[in-house]
Amino acid sequence: SGFNWPWQYDFPPFFTMQKNADTKFKQTEAWCSLILDYHNHFNLFRLRIADALASPLFHNKAIDRRMSKQAVLEILDILNKKGNVEWEDKEKTSCRVFWKTTAQWADIIFKWVNEIGLNNTVCTLHEITNGPNSTNQEFHNLDAQILVDALKILQTTGKAELIGEDGVKFF
Amino acid sequence: MDRFYWSNKGIEAGETKSFCQNGVRIYDGDQKTSYDDGVLTLTSHKLMWMDSSNSQICISLSLSLAVFCERHGGGIGKSAKVSLHLQPVPQDRLPGPVARSSFGFIRFAFKHGGDVEFNHKMEQAIHNKAWEKSLRKSSHSTPEMRPLRASGIIGIERKMEAEKKMTDQSISVAFKDLTKLMEKAKEMVTLSSTIAEKIKDKKGDITDDETVKFQSYLLSLGIPNPVTKQTHGSGTHYHQQLAHEIARSLKPQIEKSGGMILLTDAYCRINRARGMELLSPEDLLNACRVLSHLNLSIKLRQFDTGVMVLQLDSHSDETVVKQTTELVTDSNSLSSEELASLVDISVLLAKERLLLAESSGAVCRDDADQGLRFYPNLFLTKSR
Repeated sequence: SGFNWPWQYDFPPFFTMQKNADTKFKQTEAWCSLILDYHNHFNLFRLRIADALASPLFHNKAIDRRMSKQAVLEILDILNKKGNVEWEDKEKTSCRVFWKTTAQWADIIFKWVNEIGLNNTVCTLHEITNGPNSTNQEFHNLDAQILVDALKILQTTGKAELIGEDGVKFF
Repeated sequence: MDRFYWSNKGIEAGETKSFCQNGVRIYDGDQKTSYDDGVLTLTSHKLMWMDSSNSQICISLSLSLAVFCERHGGGIGKSAKVSLHLQPVPQDRLPGPVARSSFGFIRFAFKHGGDVEFNHKMEQAIHNKAWEKSLRKSSHSTPEMRPLRASGIIGIERKMEAEKKMTDQSISVAFKDLTKLMEKAKEMVTLSSTIAEKIKDKKGDITDDETVKFQSYLLSLGIPNPVTKQTHGSGTHYHQQLAHEIARSLKPQIEKSGGMILLTDAYCRINRARGMELLSPEDLLNACRVLSHLNLSIKLRQFDTGVMVLQLDSHSDETVVKQTTELVTDSNSLSSEELASLVDISVLLAKERLLLAESSGAVCRDDADQGLRFYPNLFLTKSR
């Protein structure tokens, strides 16, 4: 539904972990971007391995190629090191996917605050992610936990201050 | 007449009947006897007379007792007669019709003729002495037929010795044949090399006939004087000489196969060329190991997968990678089997080529249910 698959998605070797180190680096980089882009496009913040293996993300029915569970775990571990994935359990059955890191979200939100002049204003967290002013923003419908984490970063740099559990004041 | 004995009418084994005549009367010496009308039968061993009116009466005379015979022609009212002179009565004589006689001869009177033929046959029978032959046979066969007395340890030892002798004999006979075969093999190799020469000379005239090509291909493999342990010892020197031979005989093959052949193929080819003087895999391996020290433009190479090959020094990986990559690009993707049939090399070598190209980053793998395939490495060449 409107998602632009990268060219690699139709290239059979993309679904086999490569042996050559250089080749493998390029391949896993491509997978990392694909996973993030995919979650970004469909506004997904969580990935359950069992579901994902059956989803179009890791299974290209057109060329009859699918990623093995082992390969998916390997790539998610790379994303985990980059800070885009956080495992939710030790068994690695599901994870949270940050197609932007919390710091990136913080930057984006503060840029938006400056653009529409919310400085020195108090607003609710719900207003930021679901309010009318943010409908065209990337963080619209952002996961509540991610929002809080991002605002905490802004707070440490003195750009915002959380008020209670539902409010925030930008500077 | 006392030499006759009572007998049955039968003929024993080995005995042949040569004459038979009825109406014969027997005389004991000059005197008529009561055996006046009967059938006289002559066999190779005996004379047999059977009464015509009473077939129960049958007497025989062993021919071993006959000395000679003479014929007296008959006249008017007088039948022809044949006299048979006999040897003295043997001690172990069988019971007969007459216990004692003063005559040393008997006489047969032929009422119905047949005397001439009888005389002739009788002389033959006396001359042939058929009874002696069968007697001799039986007397000679006796010691042979009697088995070796296997009494006690001596007997067993004797038996073992005899068996050993037999085996030794059969082994020496068998190896005699092998030696002959070896000699023949050498001849065949010489023959094949001369034929190969002839074919080589004629090659210009003959059109590219496949049979000729095949023959020359086969015959060119012969090694006239293979390096053997007999001629070159068994140490380093042997392996060096062997290495020279391998380089000489396999180089054209390696060149034809694109600069590289499997060690197993080399093993088969060299042994096929050597004919009788077969090489052990170990000797071949040792010889191949010294190849690189001898500057023979061929060396042994072992891939990471453990596969061993003989390759020309002129063979370069870059060229192979380049060629393989081009082939993969042309066909979009290739499996080892497809590449093998494309460039006419073994599947194992084709796989090594693809793995080589992969490790240099020229191709990448697709290991799906359909089997391992290789694609041009778009990861590195294609930008986003």
